Amino acid sequence: MKGYVFFEEDRCKGCQLCIPVCTKGVIRLSNRINVRGYHPAEAANPEECTGCGLCARMCPDTVIRVYRQIPARAGSGKG
Amino acid sequence: MTGRWERPAGTEVVYERPEALTDAVTHYCPGCTHGIAHRLVAEVIDELGVRERTVAIASVGCSVLAYNYFAVDAQQAAHGRAPAVATGIKRVRPDCVVFTYQGDGDLAAIGTAEIIHAAMRGEKITVIFINNAIFGMTGGQMAPTTLVGQTTTTTPGGRLPERIGYPIRICEMLAQLDGAAYVARQALSSPQNIARAKRSIRKAFEAQLGGHGLGIVELLSTCNVNWKMNPVDALKWLEANMIPVFPLGEFKDWSKAGEMAATFGGLGEVAG
Amino acid sequence: MGERQLMKGNEAVAEAAVRAGCRFFAGYPITPQNEIPEYLSWRLPEVGGAFVQAESELAAINMVYGAGGAGVRAMTSSSSPGVTLKQEGISYMAAAEVPGVIVNMVRGGPGLGGIQPAQSDYYQATRGGGHGDYRTIVFGPATIQEAVDVMARAFELADKYRTPVVVLGDGYIGQMMEPVSLPDFVDPAALPPKPWATTGARGRKPNVINSLYLDPEQCEKLNRKLQAKYQEITAAEQTAELSWPDSEYYVVAYGTTARICRAAVQEARAKGLSVGLVRPVTLWPFPVDTFAKILDRARAFLTVEMSLGQMVDDVRLAVDGRCPVYFYGRTGGMVPSVDEVAVEIEKMVEGGGRR
Repeated sequence: MKGYVFFEEDRCKGCQLCIPVCTKGVIRLSNRINVRGYHPAEAANPEECTGCGLCARMCPDTVIRVYRQIPARAGSGKG
Repeated sequence: MTGRWERPAGTEVVYERPEALTDAVTHYCPGCTHGIAHRLVAEVIDELGVRERTVAIASVGCSVLAYNYFAVDAQQAAHGRAPAVATGIKRVRPDCVVFTYQGDGDLAAIGTAEIIHAAMRGEKITVIFINNAIFGMTGGQMAPTTLVGQTTTTTPGGRLPERIGYPIRICEMLAQLDGAAYVARQALSSPQNIARAKRSIRKAFEAQLGGHGLGIVELLSTCNVNWKMNPVDALKWLEANMIPVFPLGEFKDWSKAGEMAATFGGLGEVAG
Repeated sequence: MGERQLMKGNEAVAEAAVRAGCRFFAGYPITPQNEIPEYLSWRLPEVGGAFVQAESELAAINMVYGAGGAGVRAMTSSSSPGVTLKQEGISYMAAAEVPGVIVNMVRGGPGLGGIQPAQSDYYQATRGGGHGDYRTIVFGPATIQEAVDVMARAFELADKYRTPVVVLGDGYIGQMMEPVSLPDFVDPAALPPKPWATTGARGRKPNVINSLYLDPEQCEKLNRKLQAKYQEITAAEQTAELSWPDSEYYVVAYGTTARICRAAVQEARAKGLSVGLVRPVTLWPFPVDTFAKILDRARAFLTVEMSLGQMVDDVRLAVDGRCPVYFYGRTGGMVPSVDEVAVEIEKMVEGGGRR
């Protein structure tokens, strides 16, 4: 399953709660400093993301948006 | 999930910020689980479709500015009084969905009379109770739920039972009241516990929507700054130290038959 | 106005509140006002209102804050020790500009005190009895009829100015029975809308009822806004009864004490003394305009209270040093007699006052 994860960096406080919950090691703390003075989290390996959403469910600041490929449904009649 | 943001073609939403949360970046410390609790409440409000008739009562503690974060009507209550304010609102606006959001000082210290009596009366309100075993906003003093041996600014050598007693377990007490329809304690320490917490929060709102009585969810939370640890370690400390003292689970659930429906089932019939 | 019927003060006040559109009451039992919650416990459900016997007076005022903030006419009642508990909530209501009515059937104090009537809560009521720089409108009715009439005005002014209103009765007014004409019903649905209330943010931005202002500039701005409101109220709402306005000497009293003083003044006048009566009805705003009318000819004032001197401070402020202000008081539940007041009037007149 292909997932897509987006970080709204200026909301991030660099708390790192998202990092250990990602089983694919997608997330790391960046070296940048955001407008709030924190190192925001970023997707270091976005290609590994499966769209499980655990990072977003851990984040206290709704920094993270998660999407995933719409699964193909056999015999659905849709393209 | 309304797609307020662009998403890649051919994808569906797994997670976006709930509508019932404003865009404001909170003042909470990095890693504070208040943010998670706010999010769960907002998600439930969205899922139940009740945002436009919800009234939040912000209490006094770190969450005093909660009215800036929930995109609903709100009243700010004096310390401990939120269940009384909620009672006033719900009695005159019964179609509104009314919830309070309170910390362990607000609910378990100064506000014990108000929460007990709102539960006694079976007020159709929902109470979100944040228990992080310390007074956060005022700089880390002892809370009624502070653990034995836990260091705070007013228990500098650790909480000594012979001087200041033992932590108070609110859920166990409230579950004895017939007017309490749903009483649960969950923890915000891991994705699995957070998922359970969200289910409990939803049930606590459903207790109100179904007119069954008061619904309360105690959410074991962290205060990493006053506990003097980093946010990730704070979650581990919570699991190792708080859960043994404050067991997780549902203590009262109107929707389940038998003992769970009423802890002293049928007490009202005795007088009849 | 309906036909006159004999009613106990507490019950008349309760019925008057319902007729004024009150649809929420929260309170806690305390002598000498228990008939108010008892009456409303069956009367409010009759009109589709809500009654809650709260766990304390403190909880009750916070329920009124909630109901008032949700846009409904709400009220609580108590007596002195219970009203002390309400000061936190009243301060919050004043700051958050939430309307509500608080009835205080004053009893002897301080502390647990006694259950007999007194007027020793005047400072608490008129000085903003909780923390912060605020005032509440305060009425001091003297008869049950006046208490009934004042209830409609209390709810009206509370809504108009978005402020708590205190009705200061005493144990006599609460417990006596007198003939009253009850007012017509106000239909709550016909009242002006309250777009600021927390009714659910349907199709509009959320409303927030709040008194937290961490930014001192904003906090000062709120305070100045409140003060401007209080000046508006002071200009528009002062109410007093001035009897025998050509007199040289005046007795000043409110509530039950004023009735006693009226009898004493009448006795003095029968003896040929030039004495009049100033009877404030609004204790805040204090009716300074009434005093202004008589200061040119007044030689002295005698303030009589069921306290050891609280309203007398406001009388002195209103008189502004133009002539002596004397005081006579009984307290702790003791009530001055007509004879005692008559003696004090004679002393004032014999003293000659000052021009």
